Amino acid sequence: MQTTLSKQLVPHPFWRRWQWLVWLILVAGVYSWAVGGLQFAGIKDSAADVSRSIINGLLHPDWAYVYNGSGEDLSSLILQTLAIAFLGTFVSAFISVPFAFWAARTTQEHYHLRSGSGKVVLTLIRTFPEIVLAIMFIKAVGPGSYAGVLAVSIHSVGMLGKLFSESLENMDRGAEEAILSVGGTRPEIFMLATIPTIMPEFISYTLYCFEITVRSASILGMVGAGGIGAPMIFAIQTRNWPRVGIILLGIVLMVLLIDSLSEQLRKKLV
Amino acid sequence: MSDSEMPHRTWWQRYHVAAIGWTGLLFVLLIVSANMTNVDPGMFLSNFDQFLSLLLQMSHPNWGYLHLILQPLYETIQMAILGTTIGTLLAVPFSLLAASNLVTNALLHNLIRFFLDLVRTLPDLLLAAMLVAIFGIGSTAGVITLSIFSFGVVSKLFYEVIETIDMGPLEAMKSVGASKITIIWYAVLPQILNQFVSYFLYTLEINVRASTVLGYLGAGGIGVFLQRSLGELNYDNTAIIVLAMLVVVLLIDGISNHLRRVLL
Repeated sequence: MQTTLSKQLVPHPFWRRWQWLVWLILVAGVYSWAVGGLQFAGIKDSAADVSRSIINGLLHPDWAYVYNGSGEDLSSLILQTLAIAFLGTFVSAFISVPFAFWAARTTQEHYHLRSGSGKVVLTLIRTFPEIVLAIMFIKAVGPGSYAGVLAVSIHSVGMLGKLFSESLENMDRGAEEAILSVGGTRPEIFMLATIPTIMPEFISYTLYCFEITVRSASILGMVGAGGIGAPMIFAIQTRNWPRVGIILLGIVLMVLLIDSLSEQLRKKLV
Repeated sequence: MSDSEMPHRTWWQRYHVAAIGWTGLLFVLLIVSANMTNVDPGMFLSNFDQFLSLLLQMSHPNWGYLHLILQPLYETIQMAILGTTIGTLLAVPFSLLAASNLVTNALLHNLIRFFLDLVRTLPDLLLAAMLVAIFGIGSTAGVITLSIFSFGVVSKLFYEVIETIDMGPLEAMKSVGASKITIIWYAVLPQILNQFVSYFLYTLEINVRASTVLGYLGAGGIGVFLQRSLGELNYDNTAIIVLAMLVVVLLIDGISNHLRRVLL
């Protein structure tokens, strides 16, 4: 018994001795493929000049752009970006709940057909590029922040659904069993035990998702889906570096502020 | 038992003031956001036929286009591998300096952490757009973008791991007079190496996803073709590109998940 067990657990001595070499060859192969495959066109002659003017622009931001009352200035576009992220995350949180119940693995299930298929669907949504989604929605509702909201709310389902389903899998079933033991019906169990137990975690994940969505909402404008991204890409293409500087500053401040705010709230929740 | 010893709820607890307040705030923010973004559900429905025709076009992928996009797909993966590696190598010294159990100087590790936070706030596509302006269109800009991006992600994951290590071996080595570098090499690294590799693979997954779209702004890889097909309104080509991206991302995710399971 002892010998058969050790044979099963301990790898073959030859494999054990030469394992590192196999890994080394594999890793070396991957890296030589990666380095050899890329064509480095070299750095453009103008790179030094451009970097100098970028740094100069970043150090002297275009303060006049912060607010000029036109509705196309930094502060109103930052607010618009936040609005896209907020609305998108909120809608996405609602859509994610049924997906989460679909993808959560429970003990009653035998072959994990239901949860498995749910997980695959969530992975597909997560992998679908957000930019393509934004362009598809621009076809449907025209360029602007509405398309951004739609893109964000569909794309975030991939991540939120996964996080929600994992918290459903790991939740404490005590309250549910207590209500079941005194004869509660399924709707009662759901309303009085499942929802209150899972809610803080759901809200916490939604806030976390909002942090990530703020970042993506700030770049969706690059394809015309509203927010700060559009003037950003325009300023980069026209080499208006002071303008890029102030927009960059705005984005960094916005993200830092939202991150710390949401972190405070999440600490309170869990 | 006297009445004062009974637990009682204050009026704001009884009338759920906090919950109602939060809900009210949420609704106000939602309405303000909806106004600001001109959300109009009717418009989506009235333009639904356009959206449908787009979907219809995308449901007939142009399989003949596949052989043209294989090379840029490889480039996408190569960019991700190089970018992640460079970013991770840069992240190691920074994460050592940012760990509060190795660097006792609070000012130093907080300063480094603030710098890392700043790096993490920059969205990857934004970085790509700026680096394309500096380095020109091509994969160089993509690799540098991914290096900076993964530097931000990895260094945070790394210093959080370093802060959880067992300090025993470190103190043992310190007591016999080992130098800082020797301590890191023999007492810190062996404890965290597995987790480092696992996080490296995790970041590689994120970077493969990111590098598929970087080309949209000219930073090399499959994204260039994505942008071209969308610009030319060839949605059957877009469909095959998106499908290819899905396959590559799922493949890399699968490999990396398997390797991480073996490691931990």
